Formats: sequence, C-alpha cells, structure tokens
Amino acid sequence: MYTYPKAYFYRKIVMAKGYIDEHYDKPIDVENISHEACFSKFDFIRQFKKVYGKTPYNYLKAVRIAKAMELLKSDLSVQDACFDVGYSSLSSFSGLFKKETGLSPSQYQQAHRIRAELISRKPLNYVPGCFSENYDWKKEQF
Amino acid sequence: MIAKMSHVSIYVIDQDSAYDFYVNKLGFTVHTDAKMGDAGRWLTLTAPENREQEIVLMPIQAGMSFTEDSAAQMRTLVRNGSFGFGVFETYDIYATYEELSNKGVEFIKPPTKEFYATEAIFKDDSGNWFSLTERKKQ
Repeated sequence: MYTYPKAYFYRKIVMAKGYIDEHYDKPIDVENISHEACFSKFDFIRQFKKVYGKTPYNYLKAVRIAKAMELLKSDLSVQDACFDVGYSSLSSFSGLFKKETGLSPSQYQQAHRIRAELISRKPLNYVPGCFSENYDWKKEQF
Repeated sequence: MIAKMSHVSIYVIDQDSAYDFYVNKLGFTVHTDAKMGDAGRWLTLTAPENREQEIVLMPIQAGMSFTEDSAAQMRTLVRNGSFGFGVFETYDIYATYEELSNKGVEFIKPPTKEFYATEAIFKDDSGNWFSLTERKKQ
C-alpha cells in the first residue's frame, strides 16, 4: 500500500476541506473543524493555508461565491442564491460577490443570460473554424 | 508573433462522462457548452488558475479527421492509455493526490520525487493519462 510523508496530516486536512465543500451552505465553525481534525485552531488555520493557499474562512467564502455563480446561471433569484449558499444578508453577499467577480450578482446573472442566449442562437460563433470544419458543422445549419 | 495557446484538445470516449470527471472530480469549470442538435456538442472547460485556456473535450467521431474505422481505432487507443495530453500543476501534490483518490480518480503512479519535481500520473475516465506535478520550490 502506498504511503507518503505526513499521510495522516494530509488525510485530516483533506477531510476538513471536504467538510467545507459539503457543508458550505451552513454556518461553519472553524474551531469545530480543527477539533475534529485534531489540530489546535491556530495550527489548523496555518496548515490549511499552507496547503491550499487560503485560510479555511477564505476558502469557505470562495466556495460559496463559486456555488452562487453556478446558481445564478439558472433562473434562481439573487436573494435565493444568497440564502442557498449560506449567507443571511443580501447586502453582505452582494458586496462580497462584486469584490470577488467584479460584477454584482444581478449583473453577472444578466451577462450569463445574454451569453447563453447568443450561444443558443449562434453556437458556431463560439467554435474555432478548424474544429467546426472537422465536425462538419456548417454556419447555415447552426 | 504567437502569444499563447488558447485551446487544448483532449479526445474523450463520452462527453457526458468526461464532463462528470473533469468538472465534478477535477474541479474544472465549464467555459462553453454549445449543443449542435444531433450533430454534436462543443464543450470546453477551464482549470481553476488558467481561465484563459480552454480545454476542449473532443468526441471521437467520423468526420474530416476520422473515418468510421479510424475513429474506432482511435477509441481503442484512447481506452488503452496511448495518449498523455499534458501536465497539470498543483501547489501541494500530496493533498491533491489524497483528494482525487478519495473521489475515485485512478492513479497509475503515486507522488514520486523526481529530479525536476514531485510527480504523479492519473488517468481520466476515457483512459488518457496526465502528469500531475508539484514543482520544486526555488
């Protein structure tokens, strides 16, 4: 069986990340996760950042924003997306979303809708010619 | 002057299965998903820190590049692991190895210290293999 340096340590850190990935929509207590991972809170934050480049809290924010971006691509309202990813304040969510993406949630949703409509109407405008020729996709058909 | 490579192609056996592998297991993001009716699907993804390069999941089907026979041969070659389409980079290979293994990604070489980096090799759902490397810290 393959083992590697600090395998026990990595298993705990990956488990903690997995917990955040699964429970991003609920209130997450970093102290609880660090306790479950058998680290002190300070040590857990430091080690998590060393492995993933972000503190657990910043990683959670990134996961929530990424999930919100996916939800906003559907017909879900901005408010519902905000609550579904674990935020209780629409203004906090909107401010953070804009800081991370450069667009407000509604701007992002609108931009996605426009792009999706354009792709649906003229899909070949998004395909390099060499590929569309290879698959015999003709402009008059698509 | 060539500035950069904007698209990289990976031949896949089944685009839906490949979508699940690259998006749900590797954590890539859909860039463009354009359906051409029954004629096919243009599906491109991006890696988390390389949003400007589109990875094209190319189905193997008869057309300009393949006849029916050569498409069947190509599918056999892909399934047999004849192709390695590139190298993926990671900041922490042991954490990534642990996480991807937990998600069912098949590794044919575990993280191994080489003179240039620490490297692992995994296969996608079609059979293509990829190097996963953590560069040596300067």
